[in-house]
Amino acid sequence: MSLEIIESCVNCYACEPLCPNDAIYQASPHFLIDPDKCTECLGDFDDAQCASICPIEGAILDEMGVALNLPGSLTGISAEMLAKYQAAVEATYQAALEAKTG
Amino acid sequence: MDLPVINSIPSSGEPAAGGGCASHSCGSTDDQLDHLPEHIRAKVHNHPCYSEQAHHYFARMHVAVAPACNIQCHYCNRKYDCSNESRPGVVSEVLTPEQAVKKVMAVAANIPQMTVLGIAGPGDPLANPERTFATFRELSEKAPDIKLCVSTNGLALPESVEELSKHNIDHVTITINCVDPDVGAQIYPWVFWKNKRIMGREGAAILIEQQQKGLEMLTARGILVKVNSVMIPGVNDKHLAEVSKVVKSKGAFLHNVMPLIAEPEHGTFYGLMGQPSPTHEELQALQDACSGDMNMMRHCRQCRADAVGLLGEDRGLEFTMDKIEDMEIDYAAAMVKRAEVHAQIAKELEEKDNKARAAKAELVSIQGLKPDAPATRPVLMAVSTKGGGVINEHFGHAHEFLVYEASSAGVRFIGHRKTTPYCEGGSSCGDGESALDETLRVLKGCEVVLSAKIGFEPWAPLEAAGIQPNGEHAMEPIEEAIAAVYAEMRAAGKLDAKPEQQQKVA
Repeated sequence: MSLEIIESCVNCYACEPLCPNDAIYQASPHFLIDPDKCTECLGDFDDAQCASICPIEGAILDEMGVALNLPGSLTGISAEMLAKYQAAVEATYQAALEAKTG
Repeated sequence: MDLPVINSIPSSGEPAAGGGCASHSCGSTDDQLDHLPEHIRAKVHNHPCYSEQAHHYFARMHVAVAPACNIQCHYCNRKYDCSNESRPGVVSEVLTPEQAVKKVMAVAANIPQMTVLGIAGPGDPLANPERTFATFRELSEKAPDIKLCVSTNGLALPESVEELSKHNIDHVTITINCVDPDVGAQIYPWVFWKNKRIMGREGAAILIEQQQKGLEMLTARGILVKVNSVMIPGVNDKHLAEVSKVVKSKGAFLHNVMPLIAEPEHGTFYGLMGQPSPTHEELQALQDACSGDMNMMRHCRQCRADAVGLLGEDRGLEFTMDKIEDMEIDYAAAMVKRAEVHAQIAKELEEKDNKARAAKAELVSIQGLKPDAPATRPVLMAVSTKGGGVINEHFGHAHEFLVYEASSAGVRFIGHRKTTPYCEGGSSCGDGESALDETLRVLKGCEVVLSAKIGFEPWAPLEAAGIQPNGEHAMEPIEEAIAAVYAEMRAAGKLDAKPEQQQKVA
C-alpha cells in the first residue's frame, strides 16, 4: 500500500518534511515515494499529508493509480479554462519563435 | 511595546495635499520616509524597497530558497517557471541554503551597493522554516552588515516570530489582501493547517486570524511590519481601505497596495478567468484613499523571488550557481568595500536631500504656492529618469515613467508606469499595439511628459493624446521642473478649475 508521485510534480518540497514515515525523497526529475515506507499516513493522520499540501492536481496517485486531487479541485481551474491556458501558452511560444526567426 | 501610530499628516503645519499627503513628503526626494518617526527612518533609509530615491543607489537581492507553500492564491500558479517572466513568485532555480549563502556573498562582493537580502519565495518562506532560517543564521554570521528581510502570507507567522526575532531581521512583509473571510474565500481556495487542507471560507478565516496575530506579535517586539495588498478589482478593491485602517491600528508602518498581475498565459485562476487588473487611475485612487489612514508605498516594482541588483533591473543571470563557482572572492575585503560605498551613498543622498529641500522652500516663496492661495486643479505629469532625482532619460529610451501630481499644495510622487521603450519597439510589433501606442496608453491621465529629449516623431501623437511633450528641463531636478511647468500652466490660465467644479463652487 503506497502512494506515488508522478511527473507533474514541480519539486516544491512541501510534502517532504510532512511525511510521518520519511518515505518521500528528492530525486531527479522529481520527488519520489519509497513504496516500502509509505503507509498512506494510516494511523498517523486522517488525510495523506503529501496529498493534503500538494498544490498540483493529479501529481499524487493512490495505489490504484487514481489522482488524490482531481482536476479543478485545488485551483478552481476547469478543464475548459485549462485548454484556454494551453492555447495561450502555445500562442506566446509561437510569437516568441517568430520574433526570434525574424 | 507598541509602535507609535503613524499619521501621514505631519504636525509641523505643512499644507495637506489631496488624499491626505503632505506636500513636502510624498513627492520629496525621500518620499514616504519623511512620514516615519526617526527610529524607523534610521532602520529603513538605505533599504531600496522603501524609498524612490534610495532604490537608484542601494541594491537588494532575493534568494529563492523557499519553494514550498502552505496556501493557494488565485493570482499564483505553482507550475510556472520562466526566466522571461518578471513577477513575484516566479524563479528560475531553487537554491539550497548553502548555495544561497554562497550566492549572497558573491553578489555582495560584486555589487557593493547591496544592503538588503530578502527571502520571498517562490513559495512561502515560513512554510520552509528550516531552509529559510538556515540561510538567515549563516548570513547573520558571515555578512553581519547585510540587512535581512522576509515576506510571508502570514499563515505560519505566529509560530515563527520567536525565531525571526533572533536574527538580523528588522522588517517583515505580510501579504494581507483582506480581513473579511467572505472576501478571502474569493482569493484563497485552500490553506494547509494543522495537517489538513482546509477549503474556502473556513481556510481564509484561519489565514486572516494568523496574519493579524502575527502582525500584533511582531510589532509588540519592535520588528517593523510592512503590509502588501494585491488590489483585485471587484474582489477586494472596496475592502482595502478597511484593511489599511486595521493594519495601521495594529502597528504596521507602511502599506503597499500593488496591482493584480493576471494574464491568461500565466495560467493562474484569475488570469484564465479574465479577472481585470486595476487601471493606473484605479490604483492611484485607492492608494490616495488609504493614505488618509496610513503611509502608502508607491514605487514597488513587484520583483521576482530571485531578483538581483537595483530595483527595476535584474542582474540575476550574472550570478547563476555555475558562474559563482568560478568567482574568486575576498569576503573580508568585500565587506570593507561595502562599508565605504554605503557611507559614500548616504552622504550623497543627504546632500541631494538638503538641496531639494532648499530648492523647494525657494519655489514656494517665489511662486506663492501657499496653502491659502486660491486652489488650482491638480495636474499629473510624467517624467523619464535614469535616477538621481533629475530628468536625464530620453523619451524613447524610457522603460518606465515616474508620475507626479502637481497641485497648489506642491508636488508629490504618485507612482511609476512601465512601458516598452519607444526606440526599441519598432513601429509595430505584429498585430499588437506599437510601442508608442503602449506608452500613450500608460501615460493616460498625464497632461505633460518631461524628458531629457523627445524626438520629432512622437511629438504630434503625444499632443494629439493631450500630453504636452516637454524637453526644456533636461538634467534639472524633477520636482523643481514640475513646479516650474505647473507655474507656467497657471500663468497661461490652463489651471482654472474644471467646469463641473466651477459649478459646484457657484
